[in-house]
Amino acid sequence: MAVLELSSISKNFGAIQALRDVSLSLDAGDVLGLMGDNGAGKSTLVKIIAGNFRPLHGTIRIGGAHVDFHRPIEARKHGVEIVYQDLALCGNLTAAANVFLGRELKVGIWPIRILDYSAMYRRAAELFRELKSETRPRDLVQQMSGGQRQAVAIARTRLSDPKIVLMDEPTAAISVRQVAEVLSLIERLRDHGIGVILISHRMPDVFAVCNRIAVLRRGEKVADKPINHSSPEEVTGLITGAIDRA
Amino acid sequence: MATISLDDTINRRTHGLIGTLLSRQTFWVFLAAVAAVIYLTIATNTFGTHQNLFNVARNCAFVGIIALGMTAVIITGGIDLSVGSILALTGMVTGMAMAADYSIWVAVPAGLGAALVVGFANGFLIAYVGMPAFVVTLGMMSLARSLAMVLSGNQMVYQFGTDHAKLVTLGGRFLEFPIPFAGWIQAPNPALVLLIMALGFGFAFRWSQWGRHIFAVGGNEQAAELTGVNVRNVKVSVYMLSALCAGIAGILQVGWLGTISTGMGTGMELIVIAAVVIGGANLMGGSGSAFGAVVGAVLIEVIRNSLTLLGINPFWQGTFVGTFIIIAVLFDRIRAGLNR
Repeated sequence: MAVLELSSISKNFGAIQALRDVSLSLDAGDVLGLMGDNGAGKSTLVKIIAGNFRPLHGTIRIGGAHVDFHRPIEARKHGVEIVYQDLALCGNLTAAANVFLGRELKVGIWPIRILDYSAMYRRAAELFRELKSETRPRDLVQQMSGGQRQAVAIARTRLSDPKIVLMDEPTAAISVRQVAEVLSLIERLRDHGIGVILISHRMPDVFAVCNRIAVLRRGEKVADKPINHSSPEEVTGLITGAIDRA
Repeated sequence: MATISLDDTINRRTHGLIGTLLSRQTFWVFLAAVAAVIYLTIATNTFGTHQNLFNVARNCAFVGIIALGMTAVIITGGIDLSVGSILALTGMVTGMAMAADYSIWVAVPAGLGAALVVGFANGFLIAYVGMPAFVVTLGMMSLARSLAMVLSGNQMVYQFGTDHAKLVTLGGRFLEFPIPFAGWIQAPNPALVLLIMALGFGFAFRWSQWGRHIFAVGGNEQAAELTGVNVRNVKVSVYMLSALCAGIAGILQVGWLGTISTGMGTGMELIVIAAVVIGGANLMGGSGSAFGAVVGAVLIEVIRNSLTLLGINPFWQGTFVGTFIIIAVLFDRIRAGLNR
């Protein structure tokens, strides 16, 4: 069953039509590569799913139920988590503090409710272990490698037992070794039955980890197919317009 | 490869306790303050006297109390230039109310209420209207002092009605504590208020969700917003808290001086910001501590006091404080460079 269904989503920014009648579905355990040139509408689509923007037309269904998000927090309550391109981490806080930011665990009786550091450190360590990352809960994010930061951002999505994880260019600014680490983190999410939408410009990453691919061009979906029925050459043609549709 | 247990992962720290201590600017400033106290106690026969230590403790308390609120503001990456004027406005509202024979139980809440209104105005304009903190609080610095002048007709107030003695006791008196082998020690009330507030702020910074969120806002405001932190409310809260601290200091200072004029607290914002920065807070946001604020305030007062005791022209005070600010931040930069 589809965890996410988008029907005829359109979005305008002033006179610019960012998305035109885009329909898409995502099953549990799917890793969908969402590709397209700059300005094709990938980030806009993902931000609509995450509750950052509202669509002009179209409907969103999560687990079969119609939803209408006004804020990211509402999307999160419906099991939609997002890893932003810049990761949205606070460098001055520890890995555990970032994982739990906005959802801190507390102990005590109101009004004296204090932060439960030991529970947060333990849960964060468990999440990093599940993701097979060597990230340590007490380390400051500003002292971490790109791969470790990705692990923190992805661990955050695992807190709420999400149905869908949206990832915007997670491998854009990290080293080759760290890319392998991040791709392995995405595989962990897939193994947990989570539907993942991966925005990436890096063709090898998409072909390494995705089972489906969708291509957007000038706000329109021009391809949506199993990745083993496609090729990097075809996708490049779809992105540039050399191939009209597939 | 040996398997690392979950507990090892949880307990693993980048630095040990000593390493953490040595990496903190606050620790080095604390050492500098202790060294200055030891030197002055040996070099002069006046610094270590009961009376002088009493004066130092009381004088640094006013700056220290405001520095606690300012630390919260600076941790979020903001600044509050209006604290000196809020101090005067609060003192004036309280003083005028008491002069009109209202009870201290009415006058003090009225004064603190005025401070909170000004703090809320600061926070609202910064967080909800999106105006720069520097501009808003610069404007409020002028506005709040002007209101104090309008309220009092720019007159000095020194008669505080039937509760006059209570106000003077609040700011000017002390509590005595027994010290083993040293008899009794007199702790000025403002210093005790500072101590209690510093413990409260230290606790809140470390153990409350609010404390976590102010550090997050200062570290990466956009990230904090995206992860569900109510950034606007956090910002309003720190400006209200800063104003409240300035108000408390104002009431205590009126009690100590036994008089209130509209010039009270002029230029104090810069001394307070200096104390916070010397104590280890970063003006870019994301770091700071209650202990650092107190240590910074103590160091500035020790410098001021020592110049007087050593017979040095007090005009040198600004040079010493300024040098300390630059050295403290320079050390922080060098340390950050070494860690990179």
